[in-house]
Amino acid sequence: MTSGDFNEHSLWQRIKEGVASFGVARSIILLFLIILLIAALILDLPMDQILSSMLSRFGMNGILVLAMIPTIRSGTGPNFGLPLGISCGLIAAVLSIELDLRGFQALFFAVGLGGALGAIAGYLYGLLLNKVKGQEMTVGTYFGFSIVSLMCIFWFLAPFKSPEMIWPYGGSGLRVTIALEGRFDKVLNNFLAFDVFGVTIPTGLLLFYGAFCLIVWLFMHSKTGVALSTVGESPRFAESCGLSIDRYRTIGSVVSQALGAVGIIVYAQTFGFLQLYMAPLFMAFFAVASILIGGATLNRATIWHATVGCFLFQSILVVSMPVANLIISENLAEVARIIISNGIILYALTRREIGGGA
Amino acid sequence: MEAPRLEMRDISKEYFGNKVLRSVNLSVAPGEIHGLVGENGAGKSTLMNILFGMPVIRNTGGFEGRIFIDGEPVEVNSPYDALELGIGMVHQEFMLLPGLTITENIKINREIVKDNLLSKMLGKKLGILDFERMRKDARKALDRVELNIDEMLPVLGLPVGFMQFIEIARELDKDSLRLLILDEPTAVLTEKDAETLIEVMKKLSREGISILFITHRLNEVLRVADNITVLRDGEVVGKLPSSEATIEVLAELMVGRKVDISARARRGFEEDAKPILTIKDLHVDMPGERVSGLSLNVQEGEILGIGGLAGHGKIGIANGIMGLYPARGYVHVANYGEVELNSPLSALSSGMAFVSEDRRGMGLLLDETIELNIAVQALLSRGKFLKKYLFNMIDRESIRKHALKMIKDLDIRCTGPNQIVRRLSGGNQQKVCIAKALTLEPSILFVSEPTRGIDVGAKKIVLDLLLQLNQELGVTIIMTSSELAELRSICDRIAIIYRGRLQGILPVDASDKEFGLMMAGELSAVKEGVF
Repeated sequence: MTSGDFNEHSLWQRIKEGVASFGVARSIILLFLIILLIAALILDLPMDQILSSMLSRFGMNGILVLAMIPTIRSGTGPNFGLPLGISCGLIAAVLSIELDLRGFQALFFAVGLGGALGAIAGYLYGLLLNKVKGQEMTVGTYFGFSIVSLMCIFWFLAPFKSPEMIWPYGGSGLRVTIALEGRFDKVLNNFLAFDVFGVTIPTGLLLFYGAFCLIVWLFMHSKTGVALSTVGESPRFAESCGLSIDRYRTIGSVVSQALGAVGIIVYAQTFGFLQLYMAPLFMAFFAVASILIGGATLNRATIWHATVGCFLFQSILVVSMPVANLIISENLAEVARIIISNGIILYALTRREIGGGA
Repeated sequence: MEAPRLEMRDISKEYFGNKVLRSVNLSVAPGEIHGLVGENGAGKSTLMNILFGMPVIRNTGGFEGRIFIDGEPVEVNSPYDALELGIGMVHQEFMLLPGLTITENIKINREIVKDNLLSKMLGKKLGILDFERMRKDARKALDRVELNIDEMLPVLGLPVGFMQFIEIARELDKDSLRLLILDEPTAVLTEKDAETLIEVMKKLSREGISILFITHRLNEVLRVADNITVLRDGEVVGKLPSSEATIEVLAELMVGRKVDISARARRGFEEDAKPILTIKDLHVDMPGERVSGLSLNVQEGEILGIGGLAGHGKIGIANGIMGLYPARGYVHVANYGEVELNSPLSALSSGMAFVSEDRRGMGLLLDETIELNIAVQALLSRGKFLKKYLFNMIDRESIRKHALKMIKDLDIRCTGPNQIVRRLSGGNQQKVCIAKALTLEPSILFVSEPTRGIDVGAKKIVLDLLLQLNQELGVTIIMTSSELAELRSICDRIAIIYRGRLQGILPVDASDKEFGLMMAGELSAVKEGVF
């Protein structure tokens, strides 16, 4: 055997090992993303815009995906009940407009109040989850659906007065989408933003995401975080350490819903609009799909999984839209999004017993 | 001579290279009541699983040897085959559907049906139940077991004693029944019901049905059986007519001397010395291992063994004291005070630690690293390995340092403190469990079934480690084990648990006979505990 053969062999071996350690699903998604990017190049699409948009969409969805970590780690699975936290965030954001706050003041008010409301809602949601052990995902999904419908009534009946938010032709109820221009539209995106080769780096947004990663990391490495993971991994073991299982499952839900509330405010901040009524209906699914693509399983998730997953998932959506629009004249982005997110959730559910891998 | 009803010839069985049956021969004549006795793990259940064609046998590579029924060689590949051959079995756990009536339970899957239009077209399964005839059959079967009860009552809520008889009635209702296997039938019965059962068994044997009677209760087997086979470690060690057997002979055969008691000088521990752990009237509600009214004193610095047959509650003791199963009673630790029951935290802070028998379930976080497994219990329950910043953060450096020390001290064979525990061998996993318990710096260490699921070589290492902890660190050890030989090899004295209570405490050099009798509840306490 020549040394050349040997190197080739070991290279192939190394690729195989690399794929195995990176995860098959992730590798496929990554490959798909690369193909899309090449297609975009060939089709001569504006790459600088695509890359800017990838970064910005990654940052705007990041915290919603981070919200999955505490529930997965505490053993209640991905938080399919995220619309609850999202609704809390939306209430806080709407209030900031009602109180006529602007800029960072409005943003931090909304984040603070939303987080607090999310935590309270998370506590109540945690009580519910403790009554349906083993069914958290199904119950969470339907709970999410219900809360969205319930909030529709709230948006309709809530006595807000700000003319920016109520229907322009009078009547009662908030609009379906509320523009944030002049409020906290893109305050994070524009903070310390700069351009490299035409690609806009949303520094403030990424820093904000980084800060929340740090907070989640610190939390997971605190005594409470370790207790929470222990409960998630082996309830019997946790009992033998003197931990109350229900308590830590509830804490997981509190942190997750609070992150969900903050997440939606950051999302709206980048998007430029608050979307009320039915908009939060499927947001949990996209967040769940993101973290699963990132390599998380239904009982194991890290910040790294959330970050990688969010980037891959959002990037594919960003790139696939213009590519698909050019190749096929229909708008397939939304279809792609639903196929990918539901497909990946289905994939993860079928691999439930294996733990690790994915 | 008439061919025996059942003959099992040269039966051998291996589970993953572990011989559990070695050319066992068993023969039961028509109308004979045959007693099968042996310790837990002697191979009784495996033998019955083979006879009954349970899938677990085939899934683990089948068995060697032949089975004959009435002189005919037979193949029993599934429980269905066994039923066809007229073998009926009453399991230790009841297999009755609580929502159905007694009649329905007796006739289950053998219902008598009347034809109707649909069933004529689509087969018998759609027929209408002929309750009249089913009731009559059920009544007949119930009368045979002398159970005077309305056959249309639902099973739910009946006393357990009745359920046992209903199960037997169900087997009797099968007309082809030739051989009835009773697995520990008297374990759940009151004295009076047990008497009735024995009468019923005698009556059935007069009708020509052979009975294979599996039990721990030596006096019952002596009273009812015609012949007795004793199994030990997968071998037949005795086969004798009950007229020649005595409780003492059976007990000695059953336990046997397996290993020499190690040469270590045993320390005498006096009952009236000041105990480090006092247990009074402890009740633990652990399914299958119920403790009911145990009182026991443990002396400082000793290794106390807890033995007894499975199901008598020896496992429940440590689990109850450590707060893992609902318990009531009084537990007192010297230098701490009364331990609050049902609170793992209280048990841990009183200086007790526990190496669980359920190593992979309760003992370890299988998908975490060795270092986290070692540290996590002390971290969560005692606040060790924490650094105080804004809030309590884990101190990875000190965890690593401690883990490396433990790996070295206990000689845990691994690639490093970061290795995932799932990938370790059983023996090394057990060492991690012990390291985890030691991290709590306990003064009292409970160890349950320390060598279960560990290969032979590693067993000795684990036992030596426990001995070393006791002698060098002065940890009082309470070791629960189903293997008497193991208890005898390192303990100072051995408490035997029978029916959830302390039956007595024996020195390790007590005879096999004494141990055997005490485990079977036949020997009134040789040396009672203080209370």
